[in-house]
Amino acid sequence: MSILIDKSTRVIVQGLTGREGTFHAKTCAEYGTRIVGGVTPGKGGTRHEGWPIFNSMQEAVDKTGADASVIFVPPPYAADAIMEAADAEVEVIVCITEGIPTLDMVRAWEFLQNRRSRLIGPNCPGIISPGHCKIGIMPGHIHREGPVGIVSRSGTLTYEAVYQLTTRGVGQSTAIGIGGDPIIGTNFVDAIDLFNRDPMTEAVVMIGEIGGSAEEAAAEYVKTHMRKPVIGFIAGQTAPPGRRMGHAGAIISGGKGTAAEKIKAMEAAGIHIARSPADIGETVIAALGVTARA
Amino acid sequence: MVLPIRNRIIMKIHEYQAKGILKKYGVAVPRGEVAETADQAEAAAQHLFGAGASAIVVKAQIHAGGRGKGGGVKIAKSVKEAVEIATNMLGMRLVTHQTGPEGRIVRRLLIEETLPIEKELYLGIVIDRTEARPVFMASAAGGMEIEQVAAENPAAILKEYIDPGLGLEAFQARKLAFALGLKAQQINSAAQFMTSLYKAFAETDSSLMEINPFVTCTDGRLFALDTKINFDDNALFRHPEIRELRDISEEDPLEVEASKYNLNYIKLDGNVGCMVNGAGLAMATMDIIKYAGGMPANFLDVGGGANAEQVTHAFEILLSDKNVKAVLINIFGGILRVDTLAKGVVEAASKTHIQLPVVLRLEGTNVEAGREILKQSGLNFIVADTMKDAAEKVVAAARAS
Repeated sequence: MSILIDKSTRVIVQGLTGREGTFHAKTCAEYGTRIVGGVTPGKGGTRHEGWPIFNSMQEAVDKTGADASVIFVPPPYAADAIMEAADAEVEVIVCITEGIPTLDMVRAWEFLQNRRSRLIGPNCPGIISPGHCKIGIMPGHIHREGPVGIVSRSGTLTYEAVYQLTTRGVGQSTAIGIGGDPIIGTNFVDAIDLFNRDPMTEAVVMIGEIGGSAEEAAAEYVKTHMRKPVIGFIAGQTAPPGRRMGHAGAIISGGKGTAAEKIKAMEAAGIHIARSPADIGETVIAALGVTARA
Repeated sequence: MVLPIRNRIIMKIHEYQAKGILKKYGVAVPRGEVAETADQAEAAAQHLFGAGASAIVVKAQIHAGGRGKGGGVKIAKSVKEAVEIATNMLGMRLVTHQTGPEGRIVRRLLIEETLPIEKELYLGIVIDRTEARPVFMASAAGGMEIEQVAAENPAAILKEYIDPGLGLEAFQARKLAFALGLKAQQINSAAQFMTSLYKAFAETDSSLMEINPFVTCTDGRLFALDTKINFDDNALFRHPEIRELRDISEEDPLEVEASKYNLNYIKLDGNVGCMVNGAGLAMATMDIIKYAGGMPANFLDVGGGANAEQVTHAFEILLSDKNVKAVLINIFGGILRVDTLAKGVVEAASKTHIQLPVVLRLEGTNVEAGREILKQSGLNFIVADTMKDAAEKVVAAARAS
């Protein structure tokens, strides 16, 4: 069915009163997500679009029983918002904000250690369990409920993969955008491990990109622990070294973090590689067919 | 994805500016002065020889490595010789392995004292993505590229991870200093050097700070002989003093233009221009162009929330690259609605009187309305259904035009 979120998840929007916060809170609510309020320090006690606004995350959690938050706070204040949500002990924190200073994220990451919250992002489209709950900015209507888990460092490229699946009649259990920054809360290994344990997920698509070594770590996990087929694509096979390709984390530096290295590690782990981004859907279908026969 | 307040500048700075930052934090650098004219070079040489330097070094200031091999770093034994070197170097086109064949015009020189060097070592600080914290690295193999050391002999790189709340502790710095083989009487000053360096890294929001080589002198002193600093551009909003160090003359003019409109543009060598929303999809689009037998002319991410004006600017920037023979627009509408994008494309195409073939692949929110706008425009767009179809059509169009 899904990982991390479902129909009962109660969500607070941090930065609900801003333009982006308002717009996406509404689309999430229309999708069926239980948005239970917002936090904007200084506006506590007011209402916005019918939702109650609180001054702090603690107050919001105490009054609404929320167990998740989504962050639309501008970059200078977003790391603080993450720590505030973790301090209020919500289970899932989804940080959409792009452009958080890396050293702010280093501190937030440290703060999250030994706390119960799981951070998704930052700089990500969020998480969706089709037909159940959407916490993020992805277009809900392209998704369809089904057996494929998706984990990706990208936003629109994830939509492309989802679309290729949906138009071929293959639905998704949950799609998680883990974010394009160098320091993120949930990585490929964390997400793939959750999908591995989820009885409703039959296969996993991982969409990586140049930079860092998270895909190699995921390949290592898949090789030793994964019981379900994994399909992979790496963006940036033609990217020049030393240039940051949009995402803060998408850079080949010192000859490391190339697409070729990642694809090699993933193939060695038995991951089905879609070389072209147009082949993600077909590769999934082929891999699912293989399991069906097995 | 969407939230604004964002500077899409990739900041690079000159060696003399980096050394200025180190000096401010108490990290020892050689005495030196910047010269933009031969007269200033002469004055700098006089000051340095007057202060007791036995020789001086004239270093071209460009945003590229490999300057020594290209003739951009020269030693002078007299003021007269320094002026000669400076006269030749100023205005020269310096070609290194990092500049490309067109090279860079030298506009500034850094003139420094030479030092009685005993050993060349390496110090560096980066953010370790796996550990999610800064790591301080030291190696006795100074002067070499650290990536090469890492590949050939990873054990030669000593590492200390830094607790972000605490900073580099003195014991960690001493551990590195002893491991580098420094003399007992140098340990405390080396530890001081390293803690000052980390302070500079943290307070300027750097993403990389490298001292290569970090030198010890025969008289026991320690210096940062050369240095490289990269900044976290996400943090530039809180460092106006660093933003001022930007040197636009060192950047690609089209990339400078793109940064004004908050567009992520990187110029490449191919002839298929592309415009995409989202960085991952933009990279994947470049990849699929290559699979279809073409070469991308650029990376261009118009972002998740692009408006018609940004699309127009993006179009103009794409078309100013004279290598572009055909354009592929690949948009997956989420927040950016496809009809908004289509309006922008039609406006831009009319405004720029585009003669080149334009292939459009649109999907997502309000796609039908978007397709209708394109049809009504009367403009000659090539519409594609899938990414693969789009890539094949644009590569064929680029070949034909």
